[in-house]
Amino acid sequence: MKKIKDYIWIIIAGLITGVAAIVLSALGNPGNMGFCIACFLRDITGGIGLQSKIQYIRPEIIGLILGSTIFALIRKEFKPKGGSSPFLRFILGNIVMIGSLMFLGCPLRMVIRLGGGDLNAIVGLVGFIFGILVGILFIKKGFSLGRAYKQTLAEGIAMPVVALVLFVMTLVFPALFFASAEGPGSMHAPIIVSLVLGLVVGALAQRSRLCFVGGVRDVVMFKDFKLIIGFVGVLVAVLIGNAIMGNVKFSFEGQAIAHTDGIWNFLGMTLVGWASLLLGGCPLRQLILSGEGNSDSAITVVGMVFGAALCHNFGLASSGEGPTSNGMIAVVIGFVIVLLISLLNLKRGKK
Amino acid sequence: MIDARGLSCPLPVVLTQKEIKNNHPDKIEIVVDNQCAVENISRFADNNSYSVEVKENGEDFNIVLTKK
Repeated sequence: MKKIKDYIWIIIAGLITGVAAIVLSALGNPGNMGFCIACFLRDITGGIGLQSKIQYIRPEIIGLILGSTIFALIRKEFKPKGGSSPFLRFILGNIVMIGSLMFLGCPLRMVIRLGGGDLNAIVGLVGFIFGILVGILFIKKGFSLGRAYKQTLAEGIAMPVVALVLFVMTLVFPALFFASAEGPGSMHAPIIVSLVLGLVVGALAQRSRLCFVGGVRDVVMFKDFKLIIGFVGVLVAVLIGNAIMGNVKFSFEGQAIAHTDGIWNFLGMTLVGWASLLLGGCPLRQLILSGEGNSDSAITVVGMVFGAALCHNFGLASSGEGPTSNGMIAVVIGFVIVLLISLLNLKRGKK
Repeated sequence: MIDARGLSCPLPVVLTQKEIKNNHPDKIEIVVDNQCAVENISRFADNNSYSVEVKENGEDFNIVLTKK
């Protein structure tokens, strides 16, 4: 009975997240991109004018943060804390975004792409697992970004307040923000549906601790299968949903917002897996933790936003046609930086 | 006693795992500061034949693992 109770929330969270992705795509979000944390943070980056390529204030992201905050408050788990290597987390956030936009998706979209039959996502998944394995080697050698400490309520609540203010401003002063007229930024579900599904998934992810990096990590390190059940839940729901909608097409070529360069799909997700493991969670988990009052995760999210601006202002992001030379250079630099961060923080975990 | 307060996932479990692997103790005390770490350590203990007792101590949680 206790086991069932342990697993029920993660099963529900995985399935509902998958269903939400299908519904959002059916109602207007880009194909195989019902829910993508990296892409949607990138769209918000554009929405506030920090890049001009893809622009839209995605209510899903705001919903995720606030859903987490509301549920954490109800469950008395809202705890302002921070101070664990904030600037390194900011840089790792940049790097997670650079890797994600090389592959064209965060770990959540990788699973959603798999569920649509996009075989490039299998290459990405292998890279993602490889990156996590590399990160685990450093954790086992004593890697840590250090302790977080209790912070003031103001520090903890700042991110949810920013999210709420951003959302209210998009409703009251829509002309202030940028919105793409064509391309993925112009494709979106109705605002209210996006917000509500964001809130629901945010609450469920808070309750269940849904995390794609944690899923693989816990199986490898502790033979703990709880989080990976969420991973599988998303995949099952998306596969069934796409099958019902007639959207499953198993191929490498011709997939929505994806490219077929295997090496760079692999390396992009290796970088995401490794950097996210050092951060302690995937982009979705960072958003959820930022909603629970964790300002280290909040700064990581801001790092991802900044990374998205770098990606689109310097031509680092891939497109359906493939990766760019600048993107390849950035991923290689990303590996060097993640290696340095891994090596230079080994001592702390040994204390 | 293991002080895992303020450490992010998965370090509280890693420290517990190291202690069990290196010293095979009959009893271990761990202090953490969030419910997520409590759940993770509890599952790990359960999978490794330790019983779990959790006590809230202000903002923290004291976890005592005892070999079954």
